Amino acid sequence: MTVAFLLNGTPVRIEGEAPTRTLLDWLREVRGLKGTKEGCNEGDCGACTVMVTDAEGSKALNACILFLPQLHGKAVRTVEGISGPDGQMHPVQAAMVAHHGSQCGFCTPGFVVSMAVAHLNGAVDHDDQLAGNLCRCTGYAPIIRAAEAASGEVVPEWMVADRAAVADFAAGEAGAFRPSDSDTLADWYVEHPDAVLVAGATDVGLWVTKQLRELRPVAFLNGVEDLKAVEVQGGQLHVGACVTISALREAVKDRLPSFGELLRRYASVQVRNAATIGGNIANGSPIGDGPPALIALGATLHLRRGDEMRSIPLEDFFLEYRKQDRRPGEFVAGVSFAEQAPALRCYKISKRFDQDISAVCGCFNVTVTDGVVEEARIAFGGMAGVPKRASAAEAALVGKPWSEATVQAAAQAMAGDFTPLSDMRASAGYRMLTAQNLLRRYFHDLNGAPVSVLEVTP
Amino acid sequence: MSMGKALPHDAAPLHVTGQARYVDDLAIAGALHLAFGLSTVAHGEITGMDLSAVKAAPGVVAVLSAEDLPDMPDCSPSAADEPLLAVGKVHYVGQPVFLVVAESHLAARKAARLGKVSYRELPALLTVDDALAANSRFEQGPVVWAKGDAARAISGAPRVVEGSFEVGGQEHFYLEGQVAAAVPQEGGDMVVHSSTQHPTEVQHKVAHALHLPMSAVRVEVRRMGGGFGGKESQGNALAIACAVAAKATGRPCRMRYDRDDDMVITGKRHDLRILYRAGVDDEGRILGLEFTHLFRCGWSQDLSLPVADRAMLHADNCYHLQNVRIESHRLKTNTQSATAYRGFGGPQGMVGIERVMDHVAFVVGREPLEVRKANFYRGMESADASGGDISAKMKGQGSSRGGEVDLTSRGAELPVGSHHLPVDGRVQTTPYHMPVEDFIGHELVAELERTSDYRARKAEIAAWNARSPVLKRGIALTPVKFGISFTLTWLNQAGALVHVYQDGSIALNHGGTEMGQGLFQKVAQVTASVFGLDVGMVKITATDTGKVPNTSATAASSGSDLNGMAAKAAAETIRGRLAEFIAEKHQVEPAAVRFVDGTVRVAGEVYDWARVVAWAYQARVSLSSTGYYATPKIIWDRVKGTGRPFFYFAYGAAVTEVVIDRLTGENRILRADLLHDTGTSLNPAIDIGQVEGAYVQGAGWLTTEELVWDGKGRLATHAPSTYKIPACSDRPDVFNVALWGKPNREDVVGKSKAVGEPPFMLGISALYALSDAVAACGDGSVYPSLDAPATAERVLMAVRRVEGRV
Repeated sequence: MTVAFLLNGTPVRIEGEAPTRTLLDWLREVRGLKGTKEGCNEGDCGACTVMVTDAEGSKALNACILFLPQLHGKAVRTVEGISGPDGQMHPVQAAMVAHHGSQCGFCTPGFVVSMAVAHLNGAVDHDDQLAGNLCRCTGYAPIIRAAEAASGEVVPEWMVADRAAVADFAAGEAGAFRPSDSDTLADWYVEHPDAVLVAGATDVGLWVTKQLRELRPVAFLNGVEDLKAVEVQGGQLHVGACVTISALREAVKDRLPSFGELLRRYASVQVRNAATIGGNIANGSPIGDGPPALIALGATLHLRRGDEMRSIPLEDFFLEYRKQDRRPGEFVAGVSFAEQAPALRCYKISKRFDQDISAVCGCFNVTVTDGVVEEARIAFGGMAGVPKRASAAEAALVGKPWSEATVQAAAQAMAGDFTPLSDMRASAGYRMLTAQNLLRRYFHDLNGAPVSVLEVTP
Repeated sequence: MSMGKALPHDAAPLHVTGQARYVDDLAIAGALHLAFGLSTVAHGEITGMDLSAVKAAPGVVAVLSAEDLPDMPDCSPSAADEPLLAVGKVHYVGQPVFLVVAESHLAARKAARLGKVSYRELPALLTVDDALAANSRFEQGPVVWAKGDAARAISGAPRVVEGSFEVGGQEHFYLEGQVAAAVPQEGGDMVVHSSTQHPTEVQHKVAHALHLPMSAVRVEVRRMGGGFGGKESQGNALAIACAVAAKATGRPCRMRYDRDDDMVITGKRHDLRILYRAGVDDEGRILGLEFTHLFRCGWSQDLSLPVADRAMLHADNCYHLQNVRIESHRLKTNTQSATAYRGFGGPQGMVGIERVMDHVAFVVGREPLEVRKANFYRGMESADASGGDISAKMKGQGSSRGGEVDLTSRGAELPVGSHHLPVDGRVQTTPYHMPVEDFIGHELVAELERTSDYRARKAEIAAWNARSPVLKRGIALTPVKFGISFTLTWLNQAGALVHVYQDGSIALNHGGTEMGQGLFQKVAQVTASVFGLDVGMVKITATDTGKVPNTSATAASSGSDLNGMAAKAAAETIRGRLAEFIAEKHQVEPAAVRFVDGTVRVAGEVYDWARVVAWAYQARVSLSSTGYYATPKIIWDRVKGTGRPFFYFAYGAAVTEVVIDRLTGENRILRADLLHDTGTSLNPAIDIGQVEGAYVQGAGWLTTEELVWDGKGRLATHAPSTYKIPACSDRPDVFNVALWGKPNREDVVGKSKAVGEPPFMLGISALYALSDAVAACGDGSVYPSLDAPATAERVLMAVRRVEGRV
């Protein structure tokens, strides 16, 4: 396996490593760069955050679930490279010292990298930018003070250098299978139907770091450019499977604000920068946040096997727990959905608002014409073994006046739609009650009443 | 004067640039890596162990199990009940059963999954109810401390308020997981690098495991990536495993737990159930109170006895209880062994009495803060200071101990008998009869009420709630009184070592460890101040049992009190020698020599510090000294339950405002106003950092941080994906933090107060603000009885209770 990238501005060429060697382990164990820390080894704490730059720009990623081939042709900057070549502190580093933003210091390199990337990109939504970095000491207040203080400072030249350097960098062919177009992928996958397709590795990464699985053969999809497109056509958004959640959020945040807000709470910046909507769907998780919203939007899924394409309603893809309507050698190519849906509301219930997995994710899209429900699409995650529509509740709404009484009846009917499980995130009883109450919330919401604790300010 | 300056953490420039080194960052040539194979059942006899696949796995050098270690090392800080590897039986899911030694961390982890261990499963006690039914406990029976006659006072009271309250545990979630390394030395000696709050305990346990004297083992700790109590005893196993494997292989060995293993193997904050019954008057004044604490301690004793003691010691918080009975059960279950966690039982005791206050206020229909104030201890001015003589009266009554007792550990507490004490007279005392001489709750709370605009906001919230059907806000003010000192009196001592080099630079060493709390910087500031120097002149060095011996754990918030005083003593010894030397040259009294601003001033002359040091060296004056400190006044008879366990109390108060959604139970903190007593702060920046961080951690304990075990005793929340500590946006939108900077009345270094643990309990206000918001969903007839952690699910269930739906 050959992988080449720029590491803190210097070209490196790696031979002989397993394709599932993580960047974090390689940095620490081989390269001796110990500033990047392992906190959880699953992408939830951000202590291993690095900056990765390619033609799309610079982003923060979790090095612990980033396989070396995913970096081919890119530029990686670790905390050691956030300081200047002569050891000058980056403005966020100086601000972190001045504002007492570090205590034990173990999470600090990850915070510094996240902050430096946000600073480079001009992002000032600090709470969102840092939602993927956990700190147990400070209570975050001094870190945010540091981020705010640094936001007005000039971006140091070494931080922008990667962009130009990576454009000129000739990485050559990657040793691992890393196709650059979907035709090549399709041909290869038909030949290797047992292969693992790795897009963002935000879930597959854990198969390696936690389940300690050997993956082979494996294809890395983050070079498949034609699956990264977002196009608008005939009132539909066509989103390629390799579009990251960050890019999807960007595409929908103005058109479908409630979906955009749901995606704001989808994991963290680092995970959204890696994870793809295709992976989120193909994975088949009953608690992924993409599918409920897309099902409520009436999305169509596009699948490809060799030269054969087919399209199905997204909800039909999910057959039963972790079993999808996907044939050997077939992969998710993209998804299409309505570009506008004024009545779409997406509600995510989790123990923590940011960077948590849904206990219940309810997405509602009810069309009311002249006071009567014309169409209802209600989909839930966390309520069944698959992302699933609330058919009985929908049926109880359609054709009825849009009223509190109708909503009550539909909420009652929803009890027949699901038999949720109890687990560490919530009890079955809570899930059902909350699902029903989210329909009630939806009614209040469309009536303009405040329903979100996130919108209340002190 | 560097003491009192708001200087950054000494290692901040290293933290932010990634240069700060932690144990796993150390380059150790030729090191082997270790991983444990873990028990998969909660309770069972080991009937067979096939480790052939483990041994055959790539990179494996050795595999050890009980049969390889006939003299099984023990990891316990108390009762010698924690074998390094399970012997015959396993007692919880996650107990280390075998040890893999391999060429890489990954190889060790992979191999550890290949062990085939068979068990004959035994009934597992997982809950407090299971343990109570089986009478499975540490100590013979419940510990009971009483003052006055609670039962009689309750039966004669106009109203009785009672309830049952579940309080969850808490995972430490130090960002740096448990880690250690052992490097064999000549002659069988061992050097251990450990991420531990207690290097002497590690030294002692490793020496014991290797059959070496403590002098043959040296433990070094430069820093931890967070501790919070989780590294007081929980690092022992890794250090011992490394030392044993290093001795067996002759090669350095290192071990770190993967995060999931860390959470599955190690102990957490004790969860418990609190039963309470209070007799009150119509104003909400408590006439009699009974508590029952049901602690789920896990499979081994660890530090559970002193933790449960401290919960009893804080069952009063700021409230004077005339007639009180506290019954404490320390229940033994087949789960991780619950351990030290910031507050060490104090938060559990305190959250219980605050529940009583909240419930009483609801029942008598008074504003909760008024009920709290009505029960406050008398203020400092009116307290009878002569009550403090108790320590003098009891001097010499303490029993000397030795023999098999683990002298290094807080776990050395012995079982306590029950006892009764008469009700006190004019002087207000705690339930354990310590006079409360320094109570500043009245003034401090009055100040916070004013600065937080508590009353106006309370009224505004009520008006807002009246017009908001779905969302409800709530607010609460809760106070904190936290006792400072180790309750095991002999631990209240510390040593330091200060060297002044020929060039005037200074090296500082002491027994405290740095886990992020800024201890090293504070002690350096104290040391520099003695010499009138800038703190930059003081080189901070790693904690090292070879430099300062017999250290106590950096715990109980005691770090700066103890080590600051010891370092001050060492520095003053050297300064005294220098003063004497220079005074003699000028034929003046040593007292006339002053050390200020990097100079030494005597008889109108101003000398550069370094010059004086060089002269002194040439004149053969010793420039190195140890320093020692033992906390005065404290004396505590745990068996009788009387004395003065604490040198002083640290105080604080917090107002938290929250909002909840009555349809889902979703909730969040909108604003927090904290006022915390640090005495005269040694470093206000570091202290504010402690207060802010502790509040968020404390609020996390009571809101989002939920530990869930399944019916087989498996921890279901064993990673940050499922165990949710507060994230950035969970901190209060408005977060006002101020220090109550009045000097400590006791003779503590710089007149400061300990700050590590006390502000953790400011987070309790979040729970009662949520209770207030839940109550706003009802008509005032049903108390919310909100359990902790108040997840969205628990809040919704409480809402439904007050709505009369369940």
